[in-house]
Amino acid sequence: MRIVVPIKQTPDLVEELDLNDDGTDVDREFLKFVLSEWDDQAVEEALLVKEASGGEVVVVGFGDPDVELSLYTAVAKGADRAVNLTGLGDGWIPSHTRAAALAQWLVGQEVDLVLAGVQAVDDLDGQLPPLLAATLGWPHVGVVIGVEGKDDAIQVSQEFGGGRAARLEVRLPAVIGVQAARQPPRYASITRIRQAQQAGGIEEAAVSGAGADAGITVRRLFEPEKTGHAEMLSGSPEDVAGRILDLIRSKGVLK
Amino acid sequence: MANDILVLADHLRGQLSDTTLELVGKAKELAGATGGQAVVALLGDPGLAGQIAGADAVLTMDHPALADYTPEAWDRALLHIVNERQPRLVLIGNSTIGMDLGAGLSAGWNAPLVAYTVGLAAEGAEIVATAQVYGGKLLAEVVLSGERGICTVVAGSFPAAAGGGSPAAEAVAPPAGLDDLRTSFLTLVEPDSGDVDITAAEILVSVGRGIGSQDNLDDVQELADALGAPLSASRPVTDAGWLPKTRQVGKSGLKVKPKVYLTFGISGAPEHLEGMRDAELIIACNTDANAPIFDVAHYGTTLDLFDLVPAMTETLG
Repeated sequence: MRIVVPIKQTPDLVEELDLNDDGTDVDREFLKFVLSEWDDQAVEEALLVKEASGGEVVVVGFGDPDVELSLYTAVAKGADRAVNLTGLGDGWIPSHTRAAALAQWLVGQEVDLVLAGVQAVDDLDGQLPPLLAATLGWPHVGVVIGVEGKDDAIQVSQEFGGGRAARLEVRLPAVIGVQAARQPPRYASITRIRQAQQAGGIEEAAVSGAGADAGITVRRLFEPEKTGHAEMLSGSPEDVAGRILDLIRSKGVLK
Repeated sequence: MANDILVLADHLRGQLSDTTLELVGKAKELAGATGGQAVVALLGDPGLAGQIAGADAVLTMDHPALADYTPEAWDRALLHIVNERQPRLVLIGNSTIGMDLGAGLSAGWNAPLVAYTVGLAAEGAEIVATAQVYGGKLLAEVVLSGERGICTVVAGSFPAAAGGGSPAAEAVAPPAGLDDLRTSFLTLVEPDSGDVDITAAEILVSVGRGIGSQDNLDDVQELADALGAPLSASRPVTDAGWLPKTRQVGKSGLKVKPKVYLTFGISGAPEHLEGMRDAELIIACNTDANAPIFDVAHYGTTLDLFDLVPAMTETLG
């Protein structure tokens, strides 16, 4: 089975998000970009499927900042091929554009399954997997927490609220949006990542994503108005511990 | 018809989601501005039509392939209805179903989509949505171009439709595409009911990514035992397998409303806040003073949890 995993880089949310001059995008110049956490899960699930049923995993980037490191990290973890799609520009890239570009590249590739992160923190115009599936005319299932491969079909677990999950069978080729892999993403040692970097071998492919306008215009980005804020407790751990316990006691729940 | 606001009813196993009625309320308001009607599309389970109060019309579609949800069947059914009715705007809850169908409809119907919507207004002929981005750290005010659009809406963004009778249901014939599907439903797995029911607890001690490792749970477990509270968690902790899924609080886990909700190392992603913001007393411990959890907590501290937790256990001892 040949599995394609598209990966994107998104701003590291641990850092402050400053806005650009006209307030319609984050200021990307000094931002740190990291692999989208759901894509990290998709890479892991793809490697698990490959280990169980054989095949090949191809990771595909979109030319995002520092995507090379994420591509090499995936290779260090066991991906067989890494491709970087270029030509999509430097600013915010809508999911519609990413889906069109990826669909364009997929023409002529032999692919059975696309495993992608179910969402990303900046997919304002919708999630990539269903957009890609609709573009390709393939079936799609999102919010998936486990994939098991068979010959020409897969079984997936789709998560609903409250811990319920549906088991579905999907004929291939298909696009799956991964919420979480069956196990936490594996670790790649710095040595292995360096080895992958030194070996090189990221293939580049120019794409356009043309004709895929998201059809939305961002007027402004702004911080949510705080409707309230916690009263902050400070002091020594013992002081704060005492005050918190008093608060809990005031609700009458401590026996 | 081109002025109607169409709501997709979100339901699983005979249960209509709360969000559906919230969307009906908003649809009614927007329809007043666009000069159309608030119309609900109910796929499968036509018996639920009686529960959809406040809408102007309910369109039902019944077919064996719609009985148990699969994205492919619902996708085709929804696209069929939307193509036939050509509404001004389609509203879908940002649930598993909405995450599946919203973007696919955007491609299939060639209409712009705003995901993670929390606010919606008609400004003249334009629809303007406000949506969460970057994990809720920012909001985006977005104009949907053209004469059709789709919004997937975060639960709890709007008040539920207030009263009103349920309109007569109109049956729509299913499209032929429902007889030729590549996705089949096998079974629905219910959560393991052997574990404690965190929704029944008066006090919960909840841990997040900041706990760092499974070994560090021991300290918090000791405190929770001393408080007589079960341990609950945010998504990263259950995804890592450190606690069972039955302990997960949030949009994709359980919604809880205890008298006291005490958090350690939880930053407060929208996913988590959706499941706990109605707790009576929320006390949060997180080293990042800017963490969104402090916007919903009543009391907070930026002390290191590894200092605070033992101090609390000792004080109780």
